[in-house]
Amino acid sequence: MARITSSVYTSHVPAIGAAIDLGKTQEPYWQPVFKGYEYSKKWLEQEKPDVIFLVYNDHATAFSLEVIPTFAIGTAERFKPADEGWGPRPVPVVQGHADLAAHISHSVIQDDFDLTIVNKMDVDHGLTVPLSLMCGQPKEWPCPVIPFAVNVVQYPVPSGNRCFELGRAIGRAIKSYPEDLNVQIWGTGGMSHQLQGPRAGLINKEFDNTFLDKLIADPKGLASVPHIDYVREAGSEGIELVMWLIARGAMNDVEGGKPPEVKHRFYHVPASNTAVGHLILENK
Amino acid sequence: MSLDKPYLDVPGTTIFDAEQSRKGYWLNQFCMSLMKSENRERFKANERAYLNEWQMTEAQKDAVIERDLNKCISLGGNIYFLAKIGATDGKSFQQMAGSMTGMTEEEYRDMMVRGGRSAEGNRYLGEDGDAQPQHQPQGKSHLGASKTP
Repeated sequence: MARITSSVYTSHVPAIGAAIDLGKTQEPYWQPVFKGYEYSKKWLEQEKPDVIFLVYNDHATAFSLEVIPTFAIGTAERFKPADEGWGPRPVPVVQGHADLAAHISHSVIQDDFDLTIVNKMDVDHGLTVPLSLMCGQPKEWPCPVIPFAVNVVQYPVPSGNRCFELGRAIGRAIKSYPEDLNVQIWGTGGMSHQLQGPRAGLINKEFDNTFLDKLIADPKGLASVPHIDYVREAGSEGIELVMWLIARGAMNDVEGGKPPEVKHRFYHVPASNTAVGHLILENK
Repeated sequence: MSLDKPYLDVPGTTIFDAEQSRKGYWLNQFCMSLMKSENRERFKANERAYLNEWQMTEAQKDAVIERDLNKCISLGGNIYFLAKIGATDGKSFQQMAGSMTGMTEEEYRDMMVRGGRSAEGNRYLGEDGDAQPQHQPQGKSHLGASKTP
């Protein structure tokens, strides 16, 4: 049977992608950001996951205002890096895992979460920047990836509780897949940032670090934090953090298993407009 | 029953909700069209003519031409869509975000390097933080040095 071995959490700032693509990772501004992922790259190489289930949000790239799915699962064979207005990032095409994705969508919809199923979609920096941070610049990504897009652009976005419970349903779905697969689930976006209005540039280190503490030790309590707290404390775009709760909900301790081991924790301000947070949790 | 919108008293912040999205539908869809290079070229060649092809209000068209992102947002624009205008102009996300504060590019970048804007005084309207209406514009960009065209 398939099993979830670990969850990974990281910001997905577009400027990080640009820094990698333009060879700026050793510049003094960027060096501390990438240093925070050195361990993670080695860890991922050793872990050799068979599939990554990657929770992210689309930033007005694949989804305009014509169609706004709250939860969308990518069930295609492959997903091209999107042209976000600067030309597509020079990164590998993302190979999907159509069979597992179809299995998950079947199971999760029967579990009362009405997913939108997407068979054709380009993926933007929300998905490719986490892969670049964790894998560097390989010719091919190390394994198939199932993109899972969450609407955090137009309010109301799904609540923390909804995301956490969805994560649990995704966990059940993955564990019921008959093939023996090592699956990781990644939650991306955040941490505190605001990209609009006179309050642009808001950062809240205290909120972010409390969020990391609670994500590790009390995810269910964290899931009950209302949207307005994210907006007030972590900036209007800090709401992306609800996506981390999807990944966290899929971990074993939520269903009565042992607490996960914290393999890595990193926090840095700033990357462009944003606080960068990163966490690796391993199921025990 | 009225809708629950607890975010209306956050200073310097417009939440892009279903109501804003309805107001800004064509403004944002115009922005989306700039994902295609041929549309970027046509827009750059004659901005007003290109905007006239869209069912936008005159106020929305003026706000785009003035690159007044705060105005665009108040008229229903969303920052991820408006970013396509910035990409067309060759501006980074940081330059775009900074332009909404009244700071120069350098002032805004320095604020971020120092750890960003504090939430203190900026949680509720009526407090005294730097994002409050009574403290606008911030910084020196209104003096003209690096104001965006």
